[in-house]
Amino acid sequence: MQFLEQVLNGITLGSIYALIAIGYTMVYGVIGMINFAHGEVYMVGAFVGLIVMTILSSLGATLIPVYLIAMFLAAILVTSVLGWSIERIAYRPLRGKHRLIPLISAIGMSFFLQNFMQLSQGPRPFAVKQLITGSFVFSDTFSISYMQLLIPATTLVFMIVFTYFISKTKLGIACRATEQDRRMANLLGINTDSIISVIFVVGAALAAVAGVLVSLYYGTVRDTMGFVIGIKAFTAAVLGGIGSIPGAVLGGFVLGFSESFASAYIGGDYKDVVSFGLLMLILLVLPSGLLGKAEIQKV
Amino acid sequence: MSFNLKDAIISSILTFVLLSFTIGGLIEVDGINVSIGARPSYVVFGCLAVFMVQLFREQSIYVIKLIGRGIKRTIKAEQIVEHAVQLKGSDRFHPIFSAVLLLVLLIYPFIVNDKLLIGMFVDIYIYILLALGLNIVVGYAGLLNLGYIAFYAIGAYTYGVLNHFYDLSFWLALPLAGVVASAFGLILGFPVLRLRGDYLAIVTLGFGQVLVLLLKNLGPITGGPDGIGSIDRPSLFGIEFVRRSKDGGIPFHEFFGVEYSSMAKDFFFYFLALALVIFTIFVINRLIKMPIGRSWEALREDETACKSLGINPTSVKLSAFAISSFFAGIAGCFFAAKQRHISPESFEFIESVIVLSIVVLGGMGSRVGIILAAVFVTVLKDYSQDLQQYRMLIFSLILIVMMIWRPRGLFPAKRSKITIEENISEANK
Repeated sequence: MQFLEQVLNGITLGSIYALIAIGYTMVYGVIGMINFAHGEVYMVGAFVGLIVMTILSSLGATLIPVYLIAMFLAAILVTSVLGWSIERIAYRPLRGKHRLIPLISAIGMSFFLQNFMQLSQGPRPFAVKQLITGSFVFSDTFSISYMQLLIPATTLVFMIVFTYFISKTKLGIACRATEQDRRMANLLGINTDSIISVIFVVGAALAAVAGVLVSLYYGTVRDTMGFVIGIKAFTAAVLGGIGSIPGAVLGGFVLGFSESFASAYIGGDYKDVVSFGLLMLILLVLPSGLLGKAEIQKV
Repeated sequence: MSFNLKDAIISSILTFVLLSFTIGGLIEVDGINVSIGARPSYVVFGCLAVFMVQLFREQSIYVIKLIGRGIKRTIKAEQIVEHAVQLKGSDRFHPIFSAVLLLVLLIYPFIVNDKLLIGMFVDIYIYILLALGLNIVVGYAGLLNLGYIAFYAIGAYTYGVLNHFYDLSFWLALPLAGVVASAFGLILGFPVLRLRGDYLAIVTLGFGQVLVLLLKNLGPITGGPDGIGSIDRPSLFGIEFVRRSKDGGIPFHEFFGVEYSSMAKDFFFYFLALALVIFTIFVINRLIKMPIGRSWEALREDETACKSLGINPTSVKLSAFAISSFFAGIAGCFFAAKQRHISPESFEFIESVIVLSIVVLGGMGSRVGIILAAVFVTVLKDYSQDLQQYRMLIFSLILIVMMIWRPRGLFPAKRSKITIEENISEANK
């Protein structure tokens, strides 16, 4: 039974990683930089969810769907604006400079957001009210909580929406074109600058969804929560092959499974060590990831 | 010159959205009851500020430029640094200036004779050591190491653990700490440095996290979250800086026949740190002139060209990484000896960011700039009580603003260059 439980945990964790990793992989695919602030966007999303939830409960709302829809919408709205502003303020002026420069700016942005949230809400964890309780009980030792179903279900819904967006809509096609060849896309009349903004907005929105889900699942939100999960989601993106969107989802689930099994069979304290070891191993033996293309350097 | 009314309205609406759901509502926890308090003043003020800045953007940029030009003309800070502090055309201190500076620094502790003021300079020296070390990787080799403090921690724990279990003396541990740290650097760098530079940033970041985690969890060796205490203070040729010696050493006041003073050890650490800084500057000055130093910089500029000239990028990058970790290890060992107590919380990621912001502020690759920036940042970090709350915010803003405004730092590094004397266009005539 422990095995099944870990499979469930793996799916839950994997969904979260997959949602965040998409943002990393898309940004890397288009402008070739690691968006360090992405983990912090996820954290801000979780905080916005918590604030909306508190407002609603003080207004006396009782319907759970109302809560969920309001939290997701508000989190997506705020983080979209945030993602857009981050790109506009900290990355766009640096385009075309040495690759170290946007990287440092990104780490500064990540730190800024973390400290901004810390100063505005306080450096302590905040408890999130359990919205969804109860579970399907199968036997004494095995049950699936509704929350554990909600996470993959929500992830699936947003993935379907996202897949439709990226593969069918005009904007999505323009995104992919920009990713494949920015200069050519520009020549064909695509405003690549605004497409890059769109990519930041979409990535931030997916991270916010993950943030709200995590805050509901673990019941806690705090200013430092985005940092480690950001590294891990990036690991997932590298694992799947950076630049590849299906790769990011696959990498997220691989990482989620390996982490939940590691914490069950090795010990919870070392689960971060396992995911980091996985990153090192992947870079050593398969640097282009599971679904990525090998990088060819042209002069 | 016009007013950007449209931009101003749009950006203040965006600011409103951003602020109202983050800083605009304060979550108040009272037992199990969670309530929310509105803070409209922050939101209104923020929106207003953004509105004004956007409205008068062109005008303010113009004014800032004017002020900047005025300051440059009147103070000429850069020129002063260039002529008096820096040796012309190179990134080194002017010899006369360095002689005067060294003299001042040598008599400084005797003049102030104050624990706090001497301690402040010891802290500054530690940060100078760290920043100069990080500068090798970030400034010269152009690789981003975000877990630099991990190597500092390795140095500190090398001395702490070996002293705790095997009574290893400071002077043996000092080089050993450097070697161990650079060995870790090699192990970590090898798989990653063959790839693109960005991966190094994230792997070192992860390494820093994992190391702190391991230090906290490997209780029997590292002492867990409590760390290691009562580490031996270093002695100087058998002379100990204590009131009564435990095993065989001679306390300094008996040796010199003077009265015991608790200040003696502060003096000792001050001069030790100063010596380490001078040693580091000396070594780096030499390294950067050697083929290896030249290839670091060449590799940063163009990897493909270097490959075609027969430079092995991986081994050159690895050497930069290992040497830089070496200095972090030495600094860590000194830190452990000074504090006598080390715990994982001194080696959090924040510290890496602080050292990085020193390098960025001073100018990547610029030794003179980094030394000046280290003084500024250390004072801001540890000795500004009023700004305590906002200092991390300030450091993060430094990183962003510097990258946009002056990516080469306040005192940009002078590249070594050769000017060809012969004027080609004249020769053609």
